[in-house]
Amino acid sequence: MAFIPHTPKDVEEMLGAIGAKSIEQLFDEIPANLRTRALAGIPDALNELEIGRLMNERAKLDGRPLCFIGAGAYEHHIPAAVWAIATRGEFYSAYTPYQAEASQGTLQLIYEYQTMIASLTGMEVSNASLYDGASAVAEAALMAARANRKSTSQRILVPATMHPHYGKVAVSTASNQGLRFEELPYCTQSGRILVESLARFDGQDVTALVIQQPNFFGVLEDVDALTRWARERGIFVIAVVNPTSLAMLKAPGEWGGTGVDIAVGDGQPLGVPLSSGGPYFGFMTTRMAHVRQMPGRIVGRTVDLSGREGFTLTLQAREQHIRRGRATSNICTNQGLLVTAATIYMTLMGPQGLARVAAASHARTRELVAALSRVKGVRAAFDGAIFHEAVLQLDRPVAPVLKALASRGILGGLDLGEHYPELGHALLVCATETKTAADIQTCANALAEAMKAVRAA
Amino acid sequence: MDNRKEKVIFERSRPGRGATDQWPEDVSETVLDIPDGLRRTSKPLLPEVGELETVRHFTRLSQLNFSIDTHFYPLGSCTMKYNPKACNSLAMLPEFLARHPLAPESHGQGFLACMYELQEMLKEVTGMQGVSLNPMAGAHGEFAGVAMIRAYHRARGDLARNEIIVPEAAHGTNPATATMCGCTVREIPVNAEGDVDLEALQDAVGPNTAGIMLTNPSTLGVFERRIEKVARIVHDAGGLLYYDGANLNAILGKVRPGDMGFDVIHMNLHKTFSTPHGGGGPGAGAVGVSARLLPFLPIPIVGKEGDRYRWLTEKDLPQSIGRLSAFMGNAGVLLRAYVYMRMLGREGMSQVGEYATLNANYLLARLQQVGFDAAYPTRRASHEFIITAKKQARELNITAMDIAKRLLDFGFHAPTTYFPLLVPECLLIEPTETETKETLDAFVDAMAQILKEAREEPEIVKGAPHTMPVRRLDDVRAAKQLDLTWKPAAA
Repeated sequence: MAFIPHTPKDVEEMLGAIGAKSIEQLFDEIPANLRTRALAGIPDALNELEIGRLMNERAKLDGRPLCFIGAGAYEHHIPAAVWAIATRGEFYSAYTPYQAEASQGTLQLIYEYQTMIASLTGMEVSNASLYDGASAVAEAALMAARANRKSTSQRILVPATMHPHYGKVAVSTASNQGLRFEELPYCTQSGRILVESLARFDGQDVTALVIQQPNFFGVLEDVDALTRWARERGIFVIAVVNPTSLAMLKAPGEWGGTGVDIAVGDGQPLGVPLSSGGPYFGFMTTRMAHVRQMPGRIVGRTVDLSGREGFTLTLQAREQHIRRGRATSNICTNQGLLVTAATIYMTLMGPQGLARVAAASHARTRELVAALSRVKGVRAAFDGAIFHEAVLQLDRPVAPVLKALASRGILGGLDLGEHYPELGHALLVCATETKTAADIQTCANALAEAMKAVRAA
Repeated sequence: MDNRKEKVIFERSRPGRGATDQWPEDVSETVLDIPDGLRRTSKPLLPEVGELETVRHFTRLSQLNFSIDTHFYPLGSCTMKYNPKACNSLAMLPEFLARHPLAPESHGQGFLACMYELQEMLKEVTGMQGVSLNPMAGAHGEFAGVAMIRAYHRARGDLARNEIIVPEAAHGTNPATATMCGCTVREIPVNAEGDVDLEALQDAVGPNTAGIMLTNPSTLGVFERRIEKVARIVHDAGGLLYYDGANLNAILGKVRPGDMGFDVIHMNLHKTFSTPHGGGGPGAGAVGVSARLLPFLPIPIVGKEGDRYRWLTEKDLPQSIGRLSAFMGNAGVLLRAYVYMRMLGREGMSQVGEYATLNANYLLARLQQVGFDAAYPTRRASHEFIITAKKQARELNITAMDIAKRLLDFGFHAPTTYFPLLVPECLLIEPTETETKETLDAFVDAMAQILKEAREEPEIVKGAPHTMPVRRLDDVRAAKQLDLTWKPAAA
């Protein structure tokens, strides 16, 4: 019963100690007219055997399709050790490490994580995590508005090539505080932002420029030119990056020579399963100069009364439990367990392993693009360089093609029609190291048949 | 607790070593198509260690933690109850783990059915009319709630309503959330018995009132008895009522926020519905609303048409406050909460509130017997209560912090200390319903022993903890000499 261990004798003795006649009497301060009578809408309890049966049936309904969708969530190999350790009760069922002496394991792990993610992004400091990549972009915009003291406009330039959901989350999260997000158009031939198109902002007060690399289309932005343009004008640069790609691609800390001001992204590719979109974690790194404007928890190394090294939460005066209405953010609970998984993943991969994952994912995507482009009526949409994700142009509507593939157990990519109608029949595809040459061929064959079955528009 | 320390992982690193069995084959020549200027040239500082060393290192780190699985964890306001293992293993079935967030509805009917039923069950236990599962933590749920209150007033052209009222004992996230939503915060006092000061509330409300944020039972561990009057005052002034669900465990199955008059509520699924805290997260902060806020719920929501489930998005809810996450919140956490709720069932749901309250009142009575003072001695405890060590601080020079740290040596996680701020030398204690009487008795024995030590050998208490991997840490140094990342020793 509800994981409650009490025997009738326990209850009797406990009520005796309290001086109450019944458990019911303990609720006598709640006005009687408010008391709940029955929860008719809650089904009867299931025991573990029964709920196991139900959940297995539900899981089967979802199936195990062959998936070529990326779009912000990437299927990578996850070593067995990652979740075997992350789900140990000592990590899984611990609280936020407020009692440092009884939480040294979690605290040291976060310190190691901060070191790894700061280095991967080429920045100086990291926090302990935010909710996800999208909310990290929102928090970065708010942080830029606080930290960029030269700007008062609260204008944030956001490329249309950024993940469209990230943009929507930034608007829902930050516009209440007066931030304005302005969309930058992209070149429909190359699939990226042209630095020339920024000239119209010359001389205007802009708070920050967001750059996603690789962008939502998988296309590589000219990050050096964009960063230089912004920093020369006192505009903060917020990099939005895929952590796996950083094993191969220039770190935000090096963009444009001087580096960006804030780097954020979704940590999902680092050992976190797709799991219908969460839990993932958002990461955020920055320059030491801006650390006091950073939201979220931060762990520091210090010493104890005996001079021994130890770890503790630090710079807490930024946070809601101390600063209340004047905190840098309202965030409290973050995504700690996912950081635990990611730290174990990064340790197992190391610099070489992560570079291999990045290279293999890119190679597989290139093979996928090549195989699918050989299908009649399919071609690559952009001529810009890509990394590990690409847009294909079809000569007929995407939705029925994807539906035909799905009926054969293949998720053939993401239809871009909703967010990018100007691209016509565009399909975003991705492969990672988890896909074999045979998987890719299966997808190509199925696409060829689906294209035949769906009449050209 | 094993108190040997563990080296930082980077100190175990050796160039050229690695968990090579985990790596895909080397195809780095294929990246030649990436322009030189866009490629990385520096090597990131990731450890180079083998798989066994990795496993040992992180297993060792785990052993330096207290957790529910290993220790009684009576942390007030955090509901550290047992996290059933089935909730984890069933949320981690391979099909659920592999499901892409943008997979079509045809490949998600199982997942969507769970989410739809979770929405329905949460509506039922809270008495609300609609639920959105998107927020990823309690504070995120608060944000959604206040953003909906703001959107509601704006949709009515009531643009002046920009002020959020919070009692002074509120969680820090409440005022911080109001600020995130672009509102101003007005704090009001509570009276000597822990209830909201109704006169102060009456004076505070007016044409600028957007709403009030309340936790009930409050953070003082007592039920707000005049909640109907509070609701009337706020509603009459045109404001809405926000319920902070941090303490929902206390009243589960006994009284519903919707019936108390609340318009919007967030639920900490990682508290009441037993999903793990994970050393700081992930949580899940589902929000529920009354009828008038239905159009503003954050998207996506799961809808049901016939026997098919589908996503409801902007098209279905054009007035929504929008998206709060890239996909649909902490989906895997939501699955765990779903399994837990199905295992509790109708009867289990009200037993949670009953036994959480029984354990708290028992522990309070026993601690008073051995010489501790309740902060609100005339009141029933809810699922938690406050002990004030004011007397011990005055007479024995022993603070709440000293007691908390000494408890660690007895194998008990400390209660929440110094929150709420308005109770001096505050220890906020929440035992939860999943603990046995024997555990509670052992905790009382430890507290009595600490009191004895405080009289006879106070230095033991003042210098605690003695058995942890570290003693009390120098927080001032941590903040002044910032050491936030490991750096290799200069060669």
